[in-house]
Amino acid sequence: MPNSVIRGISLLAFMLMWVVLAKLAGDPSVLPSPGDLVQPFLSELASGALLYNLGVTVLRVIAAFCLAMSIGVVLGLLMGTRPGLDRWLDPWLVVFLNLPALVLIVLCYLWIGLNETAAIVAVTLNKIPNVTTIIREGARALNPELKAMAQVFRMRRTTYLRHVILPQLAPFIAGASRSGIAVIWKIVLVVEFLGRSNGIGFQIHLYFQLFDVAMVLVYSLSFIGFMLVVEWLLLQPAERRVRAWRLA
Amino acid sequence: MILRVDIKSKFFGKNQILKDVGFMLKPGECLAILGKSGIGKSTLLRLVAGIDTDFEGSVQRPDALAFVFQEPTLLPWRSALDNLLLVHSDLSRARALDMLAKVGLSDKADQYPGQLSLGQQRRLALARAFAGRPELLILDEPFVSLDEATAAEMTELTRTLMTEISPATLFVTHEREQARQLADRTLELAGTPATVVPNVVHPVFQREDVK
Repeated sequence: MPNSVIRGISLLAFMLMWVVLAKLAGDPSVLPSPGDLVQPFLSELASGALLYNLGVTVLRVIAAFCLAMSIGVVLGLLMGTRPGLDRWLDPWLVVFLNLPALVLIVLCYLWIGLNETAAIVAVTLNKIPNVTTIIREGARALNPELKAMAQVFRMRRTTYLRHVILPQLAPFIAGASRSGIAVIWKIVLVVEFLGRSNGIGFQIHLYFQLFDVAMVLVYSLSFIGFMLVVEWLLLQPAERRVRAWRLA
Repeated sequence: MILRVDIKSKFFGKNQILKDVGFMLKPGECLAILGKSGIGKSTLLRLVAGIDTDFEGSVQRPDALAFVFQEPTLLPWRSALDNLLLVHSDLSRARALDMLAKVGLSDKADQYPGQLSLGQQRRLALARAFAGRPELLILDEPFVSLDEATAAEMTELTRTLMTEISPATLFVTHEREQARQLADRTLELAGTPATVVPNVVHPVFQREDVK
């Protein structure tokens, strides 16, 4: 069976389960069925509020994701290849890994202020330790023979990074991005919930206060829909390209 | 002299592996290093190549260096052609293709190393080594784990390329026959820690004579 068919059936089964549950609950204000969401979805879409808030959240996710990934990859690579540095930085990593997201967010808002910088910094700081840990494992597993080869043949530093190091780290970077993007968007929502006046998280906060379950679902599902599209159109094709040599 | 090696000692932890190993190579000369497996031949080559710098003594080597490892040590995620081009930044595409043709891989330029047989991967590693026109070529048992016919083929190919590019060559083997076919002279390692076997008359091979 082709992948797209399996994907379709799988999602359809999920919708079916939802419909059945909504029927069992019997109260649209507690659990609206998928059909009940169409009307509010269309009205939010028409007013522009949905696209505006979705856009704002997506931008925050992209900014935090790029920052966390680049800093995390560099740190992970350094710590994985330099045991001396690793010994010094590892305790910090453990501290930050175990610092609750909420604490970092609150502290950032308190210290930096209720602004965009604080929001992005809070999300980025939450994600960096995670990326670093994953990439460090990859860096520790780098092939020493390829390193020796590059050294003997005096490969250029940039060529070495791009064509020897990066392909070896690719599965780890893919793993970190996958888990990263999902975690980041959830933290972005918390950040928006607590201290921003736009974005999906803010809208959810708003409709939570109004006890409007349908709108809460409309906003969160729109973002999930967006993420599925990103996954299928961007992440999976990119991964297939990077893995081509394994399948050849 | 293109290579001067004077190694006083090499330790791994508390174990001394090498003791007083010294030799020199003239341009174009080929020296085979013989010795039982595990004696420290590969370690010696790594010290000579500068991969391992943790030892007592000194090594003077040229800049244009090439190494053929025991394993092919290719980039599995890049094509055969890119394996030459990425390693040698100043190598032109035409010369890389020419080099592939010389080792009989002209139709494999676009394939990944994983699609090649072990013999072909080793030939690619050989092409990579010679493509940089090295002044010093180091081979670490490059024909190990090949069947007899392929190994003979590889030896012949190596000899042809050595004649054409004439680098000073240092290679490790545990087969005297192979040493006879490629080397001008041999040096034997023995003992713990390994050192150059004294009082051995190093036979002078005429590699041109052995055909």
